[in-house]
Amino acid sequence: MPLLARFYIKTGLGYFVAALAIALLLAAQPILQLPSGIHSLSPVYMHLLTIGWITQLIFGIAYWMFPKFSKEAPRGRLWLGWAVYLLLNSGLLLRAIAEPLTMLLADSGMGGLLVVSAILQLAAGWGFVINTWSRVKER
Amino acid sequence: MPRLSVWMIRAALLYLGVGFTFGALMLANKGVAFDARIWLLRPVHIEVLIFGWLVQLALGVAFWILPRFAVGADAASHKRYGKRRLVWVTFIALNSGILAVALSTWQGGSVAVAFVGRILELAAVITFVLAIWARVKPIGAQQAVDYVGHSVRSVRS
Repeated sequence: MPLLARFYIKTGLGYFVAALAIALLLAAQPILQLPSGIHSLSPVYMHLLTIGWITQLIFGIAYWMFPKFSKEAPRGRLWLGWAVYLLLNSGLLLRAIAEPLTMLLADSGMGGLLVVSAILQLAAGWGFVINTWSRVKER
Repeated sequence: MPRLSVWMIRAALLYLGVGFTFGALMLANKGVAFDARIWLLRPVHIEVLIFGWLVQLALGVAFWILPRFAVGADAASHKRYGKRRLVWVTFIALNSGILAVALSTWQGGSVAVAFVGRILELAAVITFVLAIWARVKPIGAQQAVDYVGHSVRSVRS
C-alpha cells in the first residue's frame, strides 16, 4: 500500500474515533448536565464522520486500488494526491475549531477562518476529482 | 473496469465535486454571511453527497469488483458481469431519482416530484439487488448458464 494511501486511511481512522467520541459527548450532555454549548459540536461530529472518516477512507482506497493511470505514473499526479490530503485535513481541522467558536461566540472573529476552511475543502474535493478521473477507465 | 462502472464512478465523482461546492458555500456563509438563500442548498448538499457520491460509488465499485461468472470459453465477455442491462436501469433510475429529489428540495419544489424521485431511487436499489445477488457467491463457485445465457443454478466448481 503506498505511503499516501496509508496516510489517508490512518488519518481517517483517527477522525472515526474523534467523531464517535464527540457523539458520546453529545449523548452525555443531558445525562451529566454538561454545558448546552456542547451542541455546537453537532455539525463537527457529522463532518468528521462523513468527510474525515468515510470520504477520506474512500480517497485512500481509491488512490491505492483504482486502475493505474500509466506505467510511469501509476497513481496519477503524486503531488496532487498529497495536496488533496493536506487541503482536506487542514480544512477539516480548521472547521472543527472555528465552527463551534463561531456558533458560541458571535464576535469570536472566527468567521473568516470558516471561509478559509471552505476554500481548502473545496479545493481538496475537486483536486481528488481531477486526479482520479483519468484512472476511472475501461481496461 | 466495465463501462458501466466507469459511468457510475465518474458520475459519483461529479456529485462529490458538486456536493463539496454546495457545502463550501454554506460553510463560508456561516462564517461571513452573504446570502441567506444559500441555506436552501442544504437538502441538495445532503442528497447529492449521500446518494450521488457515496451510494453510487459503492454500486459502481461493487459491479466492478464482486466475483464474476466464467462464461464458456469467452472469459473476457461482458457476460461475466451478469445482468448488465438491469444495472444500466439502476444507473438511469438512480440518477434520475437524485436529480428529481434535488430539484424538489429547491425553493418552491414539488412534493410530487420528490415522491417520484424516491420511487426512482427505490427502483434503482431493487434492480441493483436483483442484478448483483448471484455475484455474491463463495470463492470458487460458478454460476451455471444455459444455452441462451440465463443462469439456472449455482454450483461449486
